[in-house]
Amino acid sequence: MRDVHTKRTFSSDFFAWALCGGVVGVDEVSVLIGGKAGDGINSAGALVARLFSRLGYRIYLYFDYPSLIKGGHNFAVVRATPRQVGAHRERVDFLLALDQETLRRHVAEVKPTTVVMGRSDRSQGAKVSVPVKEVLDRIGASDLMGNTCMVAAFARAAGVPWEILEEVIMAHITKETSLNIAVAREAYTGAIEVSPVPRAPGAAPPLPLLTGNEAIGLGLAASGLDLFIAYPMTPTSNLLHFLAEYATPLGLTVVHPENEIAVILMALGAAYAGKKAAVGTSGGGFCLMTEGFSLAGMAEIPVIVVMGQRAGPSTGLPTYSAQTELLFVLNAGHGEFPRLVVAPADVGEAYRWSALALQIAWDYQVPAVILVDKTLCEGSFSCGPDDLIQLPYVKPVSAGPKFPYLRYQNITDGVSPFIHPPNPLAVVKVNSYSHDEAGITSEDSGTATMMVEKRIRKGESLAEVVGSLPTVEVSGDPASRIGLICFGTMGGVCREVAEHLGIRCIRPVVLAPFPSAQVHAQIDGLTRVIAVEENATGQLAHLFAAHGIRVHHQIHRVDGRPFALEALIREVSGVIG
Amino acid sequence: MTEQPSLITDAQNTWCPGCGNFAIQHSLKAILTDLQGEERDLSNVVLVSGIGCHAKIADYLNINSFYSIHGRTLPVATGIVLANPQLNVICCAGDGDMYAEGLDHLIFAAKRDIDLTVVVHDNRVYGLTTGQYTPTSPVGFRGRSTPSGIKERPINPLALVLASGGTFVARSYTGRPAHLKRVLSAALSHKGFSFVEVLQICATYNNLTAFYHERVLEVQDNEEDLNAAWSYVNAWDYNTDAKIPLGIFFKEDLPPDPSRSGEKPYLGGAERDVSSAIAAILHDRV
Ligand SMILES: Cc1ncc(C[n+]2csc(CCOP(=O)(O)OP(=O)(O)O)c2C)c(N)n1
Ligand code: SF4
Ligand SMILES: [Mg+2]
Repeated sequence: MRDVHTKRTFSSDFFAWALCGGVVGVDEVSVLIGGKAGDGINSAGALVARLFSRLGYRIYLYFDYPSLIKGGHNFAVVRATPRQVGAHRERVDFLLALDQETLRRHVAEVKPTTVVMGRSDRSQGAKVSVPVKEVLDRIGASDLMGNTCMVAAFARAAGVPWEILEEVIMAHITKETSLNIAVAREAYTGAIEVSPVPRAPGAAPPLPLLTGNEAIGLGLAASGLDLFIAYPMTPTSNLLHFLAEYATPLGLTVVHPENEIAVILMALGAAYAGKKAAVGTSGGGFCLMTEGFSLAGMAEIPVIVVMGQRAGPSTGLPTYSAQTELLFVLNAGHGEFPRLVVAPADVGEAYRWSALALQIAWDYQVPAVILVDKTLCEGSFSCGPDDLIQLPYVKPVSAGPKFPYLRYQNITDGVSPFIHPPNPLAVVKVNSYSHDEAGITSEDSGTATMMVEKRIRKGESLAEVVGSLPTVEVSGDPASRIGLICFGTMGGVCREVAEHLGIRCIRPVVLAPFPSAQVHAQIDGLTRVIAVEENATGQLAHLFAAHGIRVHHQIHRVDGRPFALEALIREVSGVIG
Repeated sequence: MTEQPSLITDAQNTWCPGCGNFAIQHSLKAILTDLQGEERDLSNVVLVSGIGCHAKIADYLNINSFYSIHGRTLPVATGIVLANPQLNVICCAGDGDMYAEGLDHLIFAAKRDIDLTVVVHDNRVYGLTTGQYTPTSPVGFRGRSTPSGIKERPINPLALVLASGGTFVARSYTGRPAHLKRVLSAALSHKGFSFVEVLQICATYNNLTAFYHERVLEVQDNEEDLNAAWSYVNAWDYNTDAKIPLGIFFKEDLPPDPSRSGEKPYLGGAERDVSSAIAAILHDRV
């Protein structure tokens, strides 16, 4: 093993990697920073990420924290790669410990070449000891700047030029910026270069870093969102905070009402009056919304539900991830009605599909769910110009309303023209009861049948347009007859695993209406289908089975933490032999 | 004057003979007719109903309507007002609807002082589900779910709304149609959250005509005197025997406060430049 205090390139120790059973990542770097809640771990992680952005890397940042405000253990893992990834590695190249607990908990992430840096007054045994307290005392800065100090020492250890560090701090620490700069300079000057990180090959200009929540918010805004309504609940609280902060420039009304029941009904009221509304929640909040979700189905009012999954049932693991609500959102609400469900895997997809879901929900007058999870909502990804594009979608042509106006005109494609009050030519009646074409309650057998059929036809029209979209993402080796299937954030790790093992990965982005033909086109011909899901019961496998696709093996993860790349490679290798 | 469409739809009316809901519908219709007479555009009016006998009014009045679900008139109406503050939104709710299933929304709508009007058709019984007690039924009320009589005391909805910050608090009675029309019309013109509790006769499950006839008392309107408001509101507790004041018990015009929801600066339409805003946010995120 080499002496960490000599200059060398990171991640080049192939032998050590091989011993760890890892995958060789020659031109990438992973950093873990950990400490107590309140130590500013998330912002420190984001600073580290932005240093690498400026060295030309693409970033994936995973943030792990328990449900408490002070104390407890928080950590962030930054993985910087030349090409965008969506998963962290099992072992890291740098481990930055703001406390002893970080060293204790993350022994398994340390490989022989890992540069372990510890805050000298709060940890023992790190290879590089960082005298955070002394630096803060010398500058006269408070302990809150311990994270800045550690990041600066790291920047020096990783050979990041001072100008880059200074620029990142200037841009991203808005409170007491000059004091932070002073702390950083002191720490940077005192530290030594240990394991310099080269610029990424073919380095491009640095890219912005977005969380999944932010990407969803921007996608919705780009599509003309008018109102965002939510009751705080991890992992979508930060979507509420983000849109509230930018409400004025984005032209939004952002409302935090008394509970989730009010949330969804306010959204429906707003949509009736012609304004595009979205709501954000997690499983527990969505439970409260389901009666309103059904009302959206019956009254044919568009609404977007951003459903950030976290580990349940009930309060569960509030700050940890899960993929346990797939069957819930597909079936939520009483009665039968068409809905759109999209499950993006990364910030690019989150932006594009949120934007499109809003348009489709309005064009087809259906509720739509953007099914995400904690890993995506609160994780950060680099976001390039290609990520923020419009998907090809052709708005259906409508013959327009007839007068006297009939809100639920029984029309061939099922999509009755929707006039929003006030309109001097139309009395607009929407109704939760079964109703006639004018929207007046009717329990007549013929009328009830007609309206059920109208809604079913609307669902068919929706399925048709969904069928014309790029609903299925495929990666890996097209020649392989072994395929992974997954949805949502599992997409990132599964793609990498498939590429590494030379197998395929097939992932529907739209889950309702299920893009059956597109999925079959990719799956038929495979001899082994392996589902990878963050749930215990194989919900995606059930869905595929319902569409006549046999799933041969299932891999589950149920502890709320995402798969590390190597861990999933081992699991899949175990299955395919 | 231009030819006005009928204010009543051709939906078949299924309220029981003698039901107090007729009086509420007549009052609202009369107010709408007056508005038509003033050449006011009724397409700016939206009626939101819950579920219950009261809610059928959404089918019967030929105006914009959102026939919502049990207990949820207020959030729907709030959403409509947030989307378009120019719309005049009237909630027709039941007592079960508003005081049981959807009570949380009442407190918050009053707290927000959202500009809309609530009319509670308080027959002090669940009509549509055939006669169970509601939050305003008196002690001893024998309903189908409480055959030996309820032991809990009723809530006083006016006190609740006053305590929650309601800026227009009134009570009327379906047996006093002229009073009802006057109070509803004042509620509709109030800027802010208007709450009208209407004692409504249920001819079938809770016919209190004789009881109310002996006790209701039209009182002088009160504007901003909170003490006077509390004494009106507390004069009768929905349980014990007392005179029942009818009238506008409290009315206060809060200065328009842009931080209150519903009055936030709304930049919809042409004024907003979302692409530049997104570009600026992305720039900040590098
Ligand atoms: C969530 C829900 N729970 C229960 C019902 C059944 N339900 C319909 S109307 C009603 C009570 C109606 O009472 P009230 O609101 O006082 O209206 P009224 O019929 O007296 O006008 C109930 C319980 C429902 N429609 N929805
Ligand atoms: S049950 Fe009572 S409230 Fe319902 S229609 Fe009959 S009289 Fe009216
Ligand atoms: Mg009632």
